[in-house]
Amino acid sequence: MRITVNGEAKEIAAANLAEALAALDYADAIVATALNGEFVPARKREAAGLKEGDRLEIVAPRQGG
Amino acid sequence: MRLYEIEIESRLLLGTSQYPSPAILADAVRASAAGIVTVSLRREAARLREGQDFWRLIRELGVRVLPNTAGCHSVKEAMTTAEMAREIFDTAWIKLEVIGEADTLQPDVFGLVEAARNLSADGFEVFPYMTEDLVVAEKLVEAGCRVLMPWGAPIGSGRGLNNVFGLRALRAHFPEIPLIVDAGIGLPSHAAAAMELGYDAVLLNTAVAKAGDPAAMARAMAQAIEAGRTAYLAGPMEPRDMAAPSTPVLGKAHLS
Repeated sequence: MRITVNGEAKEIAAANLAEALAALDYADAIVATALNGEFVPARKREAAGLKEGDRLEIVAPRQGG
Repeated sequence: MRLYEIEIESRLLLGTSQYPSPAILADAVRASAAGIVTVSLRREAARLREGQDFWRLIRELGVRVLPNTAGCHSVKEAMTTAEMAREIFDTAWIKLEVIGEADTLQPDVFGLVEAARNLSADGFEVFPYMTEDLVVAEKLVEAGCRVLMPWGAPIGSGRGLNNVFGLRALRAHFPEIPLIVDAGIGLPSHAAAAMELGYDAVLLNTAVAKAGDPAAMARAMAQAIEAGRTAYLAGPMEPRDMAAPSTPVLGKAHLS
């Protein structure tokens, strides 16, 4: 299945968001996620199914003003 | 000073961006004695993991964080960013930026009020980055904001307080709401001027991060803010147009 992760096209075998994070090597990272522009809380990642063409954003703390 | 029921000792809020290195950032935060630093959320690359290192550094500093929605141009983007920030940083505080114009980074005050209303209703404690417009301030307070953060000048411009009259009017109109000048501060004298107007605090970033010696500038800012606050509480004299002798006239010897 092809989805977009942080703006880059990725081929991924994952049924839901939690599996996608593990497959993309974020399993132990402190990140927040949004799927197709909607926030997905960490506790709902397993329930968040993925489909072809989804846009996933994975963010982490960064410098800010 | 109390911000959303939290007692904060320092009246300097420091941004964490644009420092020459993480070590210099840490030195500057310590030298500033700031109790609050601003942070953001950005895309995290699985291999580089820059965000994980940054977050470790901030946690070690033991300061409270105020996450921002920097770079968001729509209500939707700002709200989604706020939700992600609340989860990651485990705080209801959000520095709400809804940018309306790319050259000045001026807030879109219509989107700002809408996002502030939605976020406040959802339990967020909103710190809105706003212009010094009095009517916008009223709408933000109606929307649920209990802190207001008018700009001094455009972000990163270092121009100081562009509209002292407007900032003074805002202070007079909202005596009970914590007011923080956010953005545009370039020098300690600008920060002191904001505090002399009776502002509760100053939020700045570039002036410290881009200084030749960020830690020294952070200290200078903290000193200026403290001096300005003390001066405000001391009650500054009224300026006048003509000279008034400070030495007594009476009793001067006639020597001509």
